[in-house]
Amino acid sequence: MAVFRRDIDRSDIQALAYTGFGSLRGASYLLFRVVDPPAARRFLGGLAIASVADIERDRLPEAAQCAVTAAGLRALGAPDSVLQRFNPEFVEGMAGNPNRSRRLGDIGANAPDTWGWGLGEREPHLLIALFAGPDRIGEFEHATRQAAERSGLACIETLQTSELGEGEPFGFADGLSQPAFDWDATRTPGTRADRVFTNRIALGEILLGYGNEYGFPAESPKLRAGDPDLDQVGRAGGVGDLGRNGSYLVFRQLAQDVRGFWLWVDAEARRAGADPITLAEAMVGRRMNGAALADLETGLAIPGVEPSDRDVNGFLFEADPDGLLCPIGAHVRRANPRTGDAPPGFEAPIDNLLATLGLTARRQGAQTASTLPWERNTTVWPHLRQEDDAIASARFHRILRRGRAYGRKIDRAAALDPSTPDPEAGLQFICLNANIARQFEFVQGAWLANGKFAGLTGEQDPLLGNRQPFPVPPVSAAPQPTDGFTRPSADPACRRATGLPRFVTVKGGAYFFLPGLAALRWVTNL
Amino acid sequence: MTPQDRLIIVAAVPDPRIAGLRALLATMNLPGFPGVADPANPLFPFGAFETIHFARLVVLEDNTLGDREVYPGLPKTEPTYLCLLIDCDGDATALMRRIARECPGLRKVLAFCADFGEGEDLARWMAAHRVRSAASYVNWVGRTVAQAREEARLRDLLREALRQVGAREPAQMLQALRAAVGPQIALTQPQPTPPGWRAANLVHLLAPIVVAALLLIVFPVATILVSAIALVAVLVALRRRELTDPIVENPYDPEWVAKLRLGEDHDVTNQYTAIGSIKPGRFLLGLELVILAAIDWAARHVATRGQLGRIGTIHFAHWVLIDGRRRAFFCSNYDGGHEAYMDDFINKAGFGLNLSFSSAIAYPQTDWLIRKGAWREMDFKRFQRRHQIPTDVWYKAYPGLTARDLARNARIRNGFKQPAMSDDAIRRWLAEI
Repeated sequence: MAVFRRDIDRSDIQALAYTGFGSLRGASYLLFRVVDPPAARRFLGGLAIASVADIERDRLPEAAQCAVTAAGLRALGAPDSVLQRFNPEFVEGMAGNPNRSRRLGDIGANAPDTWGWGLGEREPHLLIALFAGPDRIGEFEHATRQAAERSGLACIETLQTSELGEGEPFGFADGLSQPAFDWDATRTPGTRADRVFTNRIALGEILLGYGNEYGFPAESPKLRAGDPDLDQVGRAGGVGDLGRNGSYLVFRQLAQDVRGFWLWVDAEARRAGADPITLAEAMVGRRMNGAALADLETGLAIPGVEPSDRDVNGFLFEADPDGLLCPIGAHVRRANPRTGDAPPGFEAPIDNLLATLGLTARRQGAQTASTLPWERNTTVWPHLRQEDDAIASARFHRILRRGRAYGRKIDRAAALDPSTPDPEAGLQFICLNANIARQFEFVQGAWLANGKFAGLTGEQDPLLGNRQPFPVPPVSAAPQPTDGFTRPSADPACRRATGLPRFVTVKGGAYFFLPGLAALRWVTNL
Repeated sequence: MTPQDRLIIVAAVPDPRIAGLRALLATMNLPGFPGVADPANPLFPFGAFETIHFARLVVLEDNTLGDREVYPGLPKTEPTYLCLLIDCDGDATALMRRIARECPGLRKVLAFCADFGEGEDLARWMAAHRVRSAASYVNWVGRTVAQAREEARLRDLLREALRQVGAREPAQMLQALRAAVGPQIALTQPQPTPPGWRAANLVHLLAPIVVAALLLIVFPVATILVSAIALVAVLVALRRRELTDPIVENPYDPEWVAKLRLGEDHDVTNQYTAIGSIKPGRFLLGLELVILAAIDWAARHVATRGQLGRIGTIHFAHWVLIDGRRRAFFCSNYDGGHEAYMDDFINKAGFGLNLSFSSAIAYPQTDWLIRKGAWREMDFKRFQRRHQIPTDVWYKAYPGLTARDLARNARIRNGFKQPAMSDDAIRRWLAEI
């Protein structure tokens, strides 16, 4: 248990912000639309939602959490004037804008109009997430769903999950690297210490109303004195800040083509004369069992990484600028590049000042065993290599993942066996953040889906990429592929794979708000 | 080396003609890609001009003049302008004459301007409406359009050939690649640097240094004393303005942002145009002019190789003052999405944003010119979206290529042309491919 800052009202925060309910190995996500608003509000008012205080007090046998979309708030009767104060991304919705879909990679087979849920009449209003033991979850789900459907809600989707603890469907351990949030308020962001990567992140990066990584309170739908909407809110429970203790919850249902993944990995490994497991692990950026890739130095002391966790998470990528140990485009390196505020190697004050002014020569004498040799050849490499400073500082772009896998798991051998029936499997991806644009959308758009991440070209995330060429004619003369994957090597032979198929397909998604319990009471009293 | 130049033409458009002008400009774009120019559009076939890197036509319609009500001394209205902005290789004046000769269709566009008469001499009219930027940035001084395109093609060929090469020894691989790719591509040789440009550049480089050195040598005590007093005076005056200037809210308008987004993310590079009013008063204007001159100086002599400070994603950027220096507009071409561009800027060069834009009305409050300001993240993001305007027509000569791509491709070309490289150097060169 963390130490909490004294003014944090733990009974107001939904427990999901603090725990993934790991001890409750069954989970189910129910998506509803509001049919009868007054009845739905009454139902929500009576729903027992587990708070952080609740889970601290007891080991709960089961727990429910509740989040609502902008469409849901509207359907429940929230006035537009209040709605407009939330994150604009939340108000527009995940599927609400073609530009957003382009940035998130939700085009082609991932396009919202192909989703099973998320758009139009299939856009959810409410998410009720249920957690219980594996033997109890079915009953809990059934009972909750029945009660909800009797009370003005229509269930549009029941998203089940597989039992926790089996890793994600491709067979890799998952959810290993999470930001450590600053519940005890010991962190002052933006100091010299942040020139190198920190895993300790300001609370305002998941909970609205608290200080964020810029040192300002995370923006929250607030009602100030004299506000015509304040009366209504005040009546409802005395909160002037509807966002306080709440968080934006991003939900994406990601189907994983486990057979396609291992078939491709095997074929590519044969072509390149490599070991298939090694190739798959290079694509992910971790060993299948979750360990850091063999040659990366682990055990580093990183703020926010527990000493007991240093074997698994005590590593950085800056000693490996060429990606010889962990490919630059590997999934975990894209999703969390572990960068600090200063360019790697320029953390000292004078170096940092010079770098900020753009006056650095290329990395001086930083050649390590893992680096390709720099030649002092000014014709070929006249100035600094910008790729070394291409990636934004990670502390502004962290998300707290709370998803769980679904479907039947098969291992590699079964996947390669044609007689195994095609398993339907994937990830109910859930993450929490306080600023959807700067956190989830940035990670997804600028890091995972971006074909130009860190100076790479023609490759997206090796697991999540949609493989859609970008740009396409008529903007460019020819479609520019994004379906490559490069494993840099000191061996000059080509280590670039092309023609990666799509392994992950988006099946649905929405932006929710996971309100504080006082704000939820406001909703139920609307 | 062929230096880059810019052509910036600004001319007023009477209000009743704006809608018609926008409608005409929209016909220059690719159907289904708002704001993305058709390189072969008949009004201005940008693609036919092999020296144009980027070009844009934008109606500078300012939605934020209402913010001026906190400064009653400022005029309530300003004209709306049409701006044609082109980044090119070589002399922009020569390009302007060529455009006048070869783009009769441009007359149709310019006819919407207030003073474009029937039978106007296009070249003379453009020259009369040409303005200079207060500061300009070029990602890589000397890199031409032809070079960017050829080097991209070279890399594609090398990438393809590398998959076929059987050899494993670096030297053999280099040889095999040269043999396979060499005959397929002709690389244009760099042109000699124009002596006039070189001389002017040298003068621009040395002028502030020489003046400062002379003052220090001839009147050492007076110079230091006056500078120190001036610095204190500037700081006092600055802080007073920072603490007393009215704080103007930047509301978020989702519909406006949606409109801006229509033109974004069709390519790996995006355009940005923003316009706004400078706070009144000679002190802030003077400070702004000094800062922009310093940025211009640094961009010409320091940040000439791929990075503006730590930002490596900007191809070209321009700061232009208009309306007797009451307003300014800013245009840039950047790689990646808008949100990433802003985050990159705040985190890596927030002080630069504060320096160059904090004299704008409604800019988030700064501390001592460089602190706070842009780090008030959401306020800053709303400020810049509010001042941003849709770029009506935008052309880029090398779709799909980022500034980093261009720099890497140039390194690949250098290695390809290098007579002798060590095995280590060849390894790194191969890794770049």
